[in-house]
Amino acid sequence: MNAKNNIKTLIVKKPLKLDCGKTINEFPIAYETYGSLNKIKDNAILVFHALTGDQFVTGQNPITKKDGWWSYAVGPDKAIDTKKYFVICANVMGGCMGSFGPGHEDPSTGTAFGTNFPVITINDMVNAQYNLLDHFGIDKLFSIAGGSMGGMQVLQFISNFPDKAKTVIPIACTSSHSAQNIAFNELGRQAIAADSNWKGGDYSSADTIPNKGLAVARMAAHITYLSKKGLQEKFGRKLQEREDLKFGFDADFQIESYLRYQGSVFVDRFDANSYLYITRAMDYFDLAKQYKGNLSDAFKATRAKFFIISFTSDWLYPTQENKDIVIALNSIGADVGFVEIESDKGHDSFLLDVPDFLSALKNFLDKSYTEN
Amino acid sequence: MKNEFQVISELIEKDKKVLDVGCGDGILMQFLKNNKNTNIRGLEISKSKVQECIAKGLTVIEGNAEKDLKQFPDKSFEYVVLSQTLQAFLNPELVINELLRVGKKAIVTIPNFGYWRVRLHLLIKGTMPITKTLPDEWYNTPNIHMCSIKDFFYFAKSRNIKIFKSLAINNQNVSIINDSNLTIKNFFADLGIFLIEK
Repeated sequence: MNAKNNIKTLIVKKPLKLDCGKTINEFPIAYETYGSLNKIKDNAILVFHALTGDQFVTGQNPITKKDGWWSYAVGPDKAIDTKKYFVICANVMGGCMGSFGPGHEDPSTGTAFGTNFPVITINDMVNAQYNLLDHFGIDKLFSIAGGSMGGMQVLQFISNFPDKAKTVIPIACTSSHSAQNIAFNELGRQAIAADSNWKGGDYSSADTIPNKGLAVARMAAHITYLSKKGLQEKFGRKLQEREDLKFGFDADFQIESYLRYQGSVFVDRFDANSYLYITRAMDYFDLAKQYKGNLSDAFKATRAKFFIISFTSDWLYPTQENKDIVIALNSIGADVGFVEIESDKGHDSFLLDVPDFLSALKNFLDKSYTEN
Repeated sequence: MKNEFQVISELIEKDKKVLDVGCGDGILMQFLKNNKNTNIRGLEISKSKVQECIAKGLTVIEGNAEKDLKQFPDKSFEYVVLSQTLQAFLNPELVINELLRVGKKAIVTIPNFGYWRVRLHLLIKGTMPITKTLPDEWYNTPNIHMCSIKDFFYFAKSRNIKIFKSLAINNQNVSIINDSNLTIKNFFADLGIFLIEK
């Protein structure tokens, strides 16, 4: 793939000690930027992507040729206005869009790491991405923002680097992965492992791809991103290009066809081992545990202004889990605002055209920036 | 800005930390922030009002006073303001207790059910009173626990809540309420404002 050679990459020279105990040296962090950094370098926003996202936040993704994952929210005159702000986004460690991940070559074997890649955590991800601040000479970010796993990175970032961001926007996320969250991720991982093409993670040597397992993982996960009402309204029991049931196992229903399509396009752009590693990092995420069970202590050192957003129909990271973060912040008198946005689009609401969400995000950022 | 907010803001000194419970569209918050350098937070149940506050650059939490005040630590604000919503709670006593726990002092305002127009309406028409401060019909009013200035006075006494200052508002007139003029103020004021502490 030619386009992949043009990915911007920072080679981090500083050794990074991972939570698993291993130390990595000279590893790549792939990133993209939008807008321009002003002279006093006070307009930078670090955006964190979710499980299957990448650094290509907006505009056309040069690899997939599709719109960036946050095109509704980021761009000229949009909620995160790239005429005003300098937006940076990195591919997470463990990912498959240029950052250090299981698809990289293991120098000791000459083949891809596969499952020999170290298990990474949300903490490792943000510690790796922190190097981008030095790279751009940014002392303090104007904001950090992200939804879902991106929100988890936001929370971890501000707890690790309390004076490195003025505003903090965790969206549709949680401070600790629930049993249900872990269960869905495990379902996805087992689907991949059950594909005979996975070959214990060493599929690149065998020149195969566990695309069936990965597609099933995506299908299962995709359901969790939508709401029951949203699915019912969009698909109901509508049949797929047929007048009646066929009494077989082809996709009779539109929802089946839709999910199969989602699975099939996903395998073209995502790596199965990356899926394993990133879901594992999410499952290991428990910010309160890092502070002996007291979530408030994660935020004690920061003076940043928080704005937390949840969605009514998000059952993957429901409002209550977002509110728990608000409660932890209020209990230490932090500056925190919170709004639950009405939407029937489920967890995916933060990626979609939800006007109340986008206007809240825009107003919060623009007002906070002028108050600086 | 309405007279009530003017009076409330005069009760609050500069540079204080204040929580506005049921802050609505944030008019009072904005005034305090701009004129008193108040470190101000709001709690508001209506999503659209929360959006209006965000658009004004105010820090607001979407939530319900009966459920969500408990997340704030004891005495974490110098003042907690509750403007004309006490009567809308299922359990006003619990809310008052929470205000006095979270705030060193609380400012509570109530539409006065002892106001002469309210009394006259019920006396003459025999239907539930509708006035400027109480504009809704009985079947759609959010107000389920109406009280008069006198009621609030007696309530505070019975609960050992200290009333620092109580003010009566009638149109543009603001006057001080005390033990000796309570009956008269309870008749002529359509709004009562109380600065309390426990």
